[in-house]
Amino acid sequence: MLKEWRGMTPRERREAIDGYISISPWAVGFLLFTLGPLLATTYYSFTEWTLTKPPVWIGFDNYIRMFTKDPLFLQALKVTGNFVLLSVPLKLVFGLALALLLNLKLKGMDFYRTVFYIPAVISGVAVSLMWIWLLQPDTGVINTLLEMVGIQGPNWFWDPDWALPSVALMSVWSVGGSAIIYLAGLQNIPPHLYEAAEIDGAGKWAQFWKITLPLLTPTLFFQLIVEMIESFKVFTQAFVITKGGPLKATYFYLYYFYEEAFQNFNMGYASALALVLVVIIMTATVILNYTSKHWVYYESDTRNA
Amino acid sequence: MTISTTSKSDYKKPLLSKKHRQWIGNGFTYLGMTLLAFIFMIPIFWMFSTSLKSRWEIFIWPPQWIPETPHWENYVEVFTRYPMGRFMLNSGFLVIINIIGEFISVPLIAYGFARLRFPGKNFLFMVMLGTMMIPGHVKLIPLFTIYNRLGLLDTYWPLILPAFFGNPFFIFLMTQYIRTIPRDLDEAARMDGAGTWTILYKIIMPLCKPPLTIILVYTFWWTWNEFLHPLIYLNDFDSFPVQLGLAFFKGRYSVEWNLFMAATLVSIIPILILYFFLQKHLIGGIASVGIKG
Repeated sequence: MLKEWRGMTPRERREAIDGYISISPWAVGFLLFTLGPLLATTYYSFTEWTLTKPPVWIGFDNYIRMFTKDPLFLQALKVTGNFVLLSVPLKLVFGLALALLLNLKLKGMDFYRTVFYIPAVISGVAVSLMWIWLLQPDTGVINTLLEMVGIQGPNWFWDPDWALPSVALMSVWSVGGSAIIYLAGLQNIPPHLYEAAEIDGAGKWAQFWKITLPLLTPTLFFQLIVEMIESFKVFTQAFVITKGGPLKATYFYLYYFYEEAFQNFNMGYASALALVLVVIIMTATVILNYTSKHWVYYESDTRNA
Repeated sequence: MTISTTSKSDYKKPLLSKKHRQWIGNGFTYLGMTLLAFIFMIPIFWMFSTSLKSRWEIFIWPPQWIPETPHWENYVEVFTRYPMGRFMLNSGFLVIINIIGEFISVPLIAYGFARLRFPGKNFLFMVMLGTMMIPGHVKLIPLFTIYNRLGLLDTYWPLILPAFFGNPFFIFLMTQYIRTIPRDLDEAARMDGAGTWTILYKIIMPLCKPPLTIILVYTFWWTWNEFLHPLIYLNDFDSFPVQLGLAFFKGRYSVEWNLFMAATLVSIIPILILYFFLQKHLIGGIASVGIKG
C-alpha cells in the first residue's frame, strides 16, 4: 500500500485522502461495533465472568461444560434444530406457492399482494401478542372455528407437544415476505421460454418443473439460507409468548443465551454460547453452499452456449 | 371484462370456447385468492373485533364476530390508562434520530466506495460486505459491558449511536446506486472547480432520492419494530419504545385482552401508513436486495 502511495501524483493523493475521510465513519464503526466486540466475545468465552468480578481465564472449560454437563444447552439446541427443520420447509413451500398465485396475470393483483404482504411488515411482538389471543385453548377463535367443523383443537402454546409447531405455524402467516422475493425471481424468468414450451406442447405442469423451478433455484437457495439463519435466531416469540415453556418445549437457543447473559449475568458462559451458535450457523451455510453446486442453476452456465 | 361472442354458425367448437374456459378459470382463481386473502385477514379482523369489546364480551361463547355496541373508548383507554402515547413518542424519536444518522453517514461512505480511488478500497469494501454476514447477537455482550462502563445503560445512546457509522446494508445499496450515475457529471463539475465534497452534496446527493427513500423506509420500519436491543439496554418503563412497552403489558397490567389488542393495533398503524405510502419502495427494495444480496 505504501508503494502505491509513493507512485501517486499529488492530485491522486488528494483524492485518496478524501476517500479515506469519506469512509472513515464506517471504518471507526467497524472497529468499535464489529471487530472489537467480536474479539472481546472470543476472549470472554474462555473466562468465567459474572460482571461483579473481573473475568478469570478458564481455558476451554465453558465449552467442555456446554457439551458434557449442560442439559439446558442440549435442550436449546434440540428445540432450535427441530424448529429449523420444521419451519424452513414450511416457509419455503408456502412462500413459493403464494408467489406462484400472485404471479398470475390478473387484474387487481396488487390488492392481493398487499393483503398477503401486510403480515410481514408487522413486528414480532405484535404478531406474538395477536397469536396468543387467537390460539387461546378455550376461548380462542381458531379453536372455536375448528370446533365448528367438529375438530377438538389442541392447547397450542400451552401443550409441550404443540408449542413448537404452533410457533412454526404462526410463522407461515408472515410468509408474504418471502413470497415477494420469489415473485421477483419469477418475474425475471424470460417469457419467451414459456412461449417456446407452449409451441412444443408442454403443459402447465411440465412448464413448472422444467422451466420455473430450475430457473428459480438461485432465489430458492438464497431464501433457504436466509430462512435458516432467521430460524436459528428466533427470540421474540419465545420471550413474549412462552418464556421457553411449557417444560422447556420452546427453549430457543437465543432465549437461553439471553437468560444466561442478561438475567443471570454469566457473561463468560453466554459468550461461549453466542460463538457456538455462530459456528453452527456458518457450518450449516457452508454445507448448503456446497450442495448448491448440485441443484442450483446459474444462468451464466448456459447463456452463451 | 370482455364478453365473448360465439357465432351460431360455428358448430365444430367444443362445449366451451377457449375464451370462456379462461373466463371460468379466472373466476375460480379470483374465488380461491379471495378465500385465501380472507383467511389471512381473520387474525387481524379478530384482533380488531376484540379491541372493540367490553371486558366481559371477550369471553362470551360462542364468540361474537362483530360486537353489539363497539367500545371505541377502549382506544382512548390505551392512551390514558396505558402509556401508549409515551411509547409511541419514544419510538418516533428513535426513528427520527436513526434516519438522520443514516442520512449523514451512508451517502458519505458510499460516495467514497463508489467514486474515489484509494489504496485498499476493494479489500475494505469486501470486509464491509462480510460484516453483513455476522449474526448480531455475538456482539451484544461486549457492547453491553462497554455501555455499562460508560454509564450509558438506560439511555438512548446504544440505540442511536450505530446509525451514525452507517449500516453496511445501506452503504452497499447506495454504493451500487451511485455507480450507476454517469461519471461525466462529476468530471464536468470538477472542471468548473468543484471539490470532492461539493460534488457529493450538490451533484450526487440530489440524484440519490431512490436509495435515500429505501434507507428512510427501512430505518423507520426496523427501528419501530426493534425489540431485542431496547430490551437489553433499557430498564425505565417510561423510556420504553413501542415494542418493549407492548411486550411488558402482559406482566404489568391485569389481563385485559380487549385493551391489549387495541394497543397492538395502534402500534401497527404507523407501519401500515408507511407501507401504503411507500409500498413500491418496500416491495421493490426487498426484491432487489433479495436478488443481489
